[in-house]
Amino acid sequence: MRKTILSLAAAAAVLSFGTMAAEAKVKGCWVYVGPIGDFGYSFQHHQGLLQAKEKFGDELETAYLESVPEGADAERAIERFARSGCNIIFTTSFGFMDATNKVAGRFPDVKFEHATGYKREHPNVSTYNSRFYEGRYVQGVIAAKMSKAGTAGYIASFPIPEVVMGINAFMLGAQSVNPDFKVKVVWANTWFDAGKEADAAKALIDQGVDIITQHTDSTAPMQVATERGIKAFGQASDMIKFGPQTQLTSIVDDWGPYYIRRIQAVIDGTWKQEDVWGGMKEGHVVMAPYTNMPDDVKKLAEETEAKIKSGEFHPFTGPVSKQDGTEWLKAGEVADDATLLGMNFYIKGIDDKLPQ
Amino acid sequence: MLEQVLITIATAATPLLIAAVGELVVERSGVLNLGVEGMMIMGAVTGFGVALATGSPWLGVLAAIIVGTLFSLLFGFLTLTLVTNQVATGLALTLLGLGLSGMLGEGFVGLPGVKMTYLNIPYLTDLPFIGKLFFGQDPLFYVSIVLTAGVAWFLFRTRAGLTLRSVGDNHASAHALGINVIGIRYLAVMFGGACAGLAGAYLSLVYTPQWIENMTAGRGWIALALVVFASWRPWRVLAGAYLFGAVSIGQLHAQALGIGVPSQLLSSLPYIATIVVLVLISRNRRLTMINTPASLGRPFVPDR
Repeated sequence: MRKTILSLAAAAAVLSFGTMAAEAKVKGCWVYVGPIGDFGYSFQHHQGLLQAKEKFGDELETAYLESVPEGADAERAIERFARSGCNIIFTTSFGFMDATNKVAGRFPDVKFEHATGYKREHPNVSTYNSRFYEGRYVQGVIAAKMSKAGTAGYIASFPIPEVVMGINAFMLGAQSVNPDFKVKVVWANTWFDAGKEADAAKALIDQGVDIITQHTDSTAPMQVATERGIKAFGQASDMIKFGPQTQLTSIVDDWGPYYIRRIQAVIDGTWKQEDVWGGMKEGHVVMAPYTNMPDDVKKLAEETEAKIKSGEFHPFTGPVSKQDGTEWLKAGEVADDATLLGMNFYIKGIDDKLPQ
Repeated sequence: MLEQVLITIATAATPLLIAAVGELVVERSGVLNLGVEGMMIMGAVTGFGVALATGSPWLGVLAAIIVGTLFSLLFGFLTLTLVTNQVATGLALTLLGLGLSGMLGEGFVGLPGVKMTYLNIPYLTDLPFIGKLFFGQDPLFYVSIVLTAGVAWFLFRTRAGLTLRSVGDNHASAHALGINVIGIRYLAVMFGGACAGLAGAYLSLVYTPQWIENMTAGRGWIALALVVFASWRPWRVLAGAYLFGAVSIGQLHAQALGIGVPSQLLSSLPYIATIVVLVLISRNRRLTMINTPASLGRPFVPDR
């Protein structure tokens, strides 16, 4: 039965290919993990596609597949794209990592760009990511300033380094204001399930948190926070419409500039393997306007953002201890990227037990 | 706090209950409609759109019920009149619903929706502890309970219910007795569609008042499973839906308290617990056999 469902789903997915003008110089293809209508993570990637389309016009032919499950289906979807004449394929979720590398081995002439991963097993695979933790640090600072309970709720998706890094950065930001700040973490074990995310938010609020932040993709937690009259941070896009009195700020992913640069490289024939990890400085990570907070908090947030942007300050700067109390970073020491990208431990002060 | 938690559980259980009770009637008539998810998501998108356009959540609910029914009529026409394979047709209905709703809902993405107002009865709603739980929830919560009671009464206490069950148990005999098998199955399928549409509207008007593609996130499938594990008994469906809701919410609370059990295990608990409990309460094989519609999924072509 399950097999039937999957193959039917795959067939339907294939039917939903969108193809454009025939005279294009280059064909760019995107694989999304969620629907482009999630108004969050996949929505922002799609905004990047639209930016590229606007920039290149008829020179660029685009196609995309949405709601592709992480797993065997992903490989099939990517391979189909590779066969259909795509010159460059952007696979936009961590879980597409192995599938992307496998297909890349079979199609050496197609360029593959995998978001948020770390495996580049073939010369035609690049990885790109954004330093979202920079934004999460700023959010932590704001949360600790704004919370009366001294506790924030964190709705997390899956225990992968990207998410763990975000929780740690948030906590470090909060601790810089209030060393005793607490964060309650709930793992939804999904990237996108509005109902479940809403339930998680309700559970956290019932347990006394008065700030919600999320690393899942729907706008539901923002709505619950609004209903219950507490503050929250948006995720991936500016969600102010869902909480005009609720949203403090949001980390906005801006993939457009990167997509344009990489597609240009394919057109020029200068594309080569890269591992790009851009942050606020490169314009990958943009903070939505600071709203619903007193001026002094806003000022502190802006100062923190400016310091990170200029490179003067790195959120992961020692002294930092791990959860079990052992030293991780000495005073003044800055974490290296490799450790961050493979982060599988909590820093001191987080009560949750990290699922392994 | 406990009251809030119970209300959260009711909110999580209600859409499952509504969809499952509808599907229960369909299956009792001998038809297996795997299109619940598709009908639900169509209900969700229509409910949201109509409520947004008119400003009235009730009109949204009404539209969702109508669209759910129309969608199920498509299924009915294919499987009952043209005698196509029920499993394949049901799956196709789900895929069609998911795709079509995404297309119809494209303009609704990112718009805050209309939320249904909660019940408020002076004095009663203000009662400590039980007030909000019993007298202060969303109207559809009460509808779901009444619906369950109504279906239980209809199926086992009325002649029409007996006729419907006879069609599901042995359509050939029912036909020989002069019962209009196809007609009854059409009505059952339409009732299932109406319920699925209503359950969908619950998601986009009460649970999370917004339109997001794919927002049913598998709830139609859970409803289908509930019907089977509840051995086609309405009150057991209710027990199953609430158990599922309770464990789903309970595991989130357990996580927030930081009890140190792996979250992957906790996340799978609602499924495991619901299956185990429903299998246990229906472990009497003879009773289960009696309750299983014997003609479930079998096509019926009247001999002329």
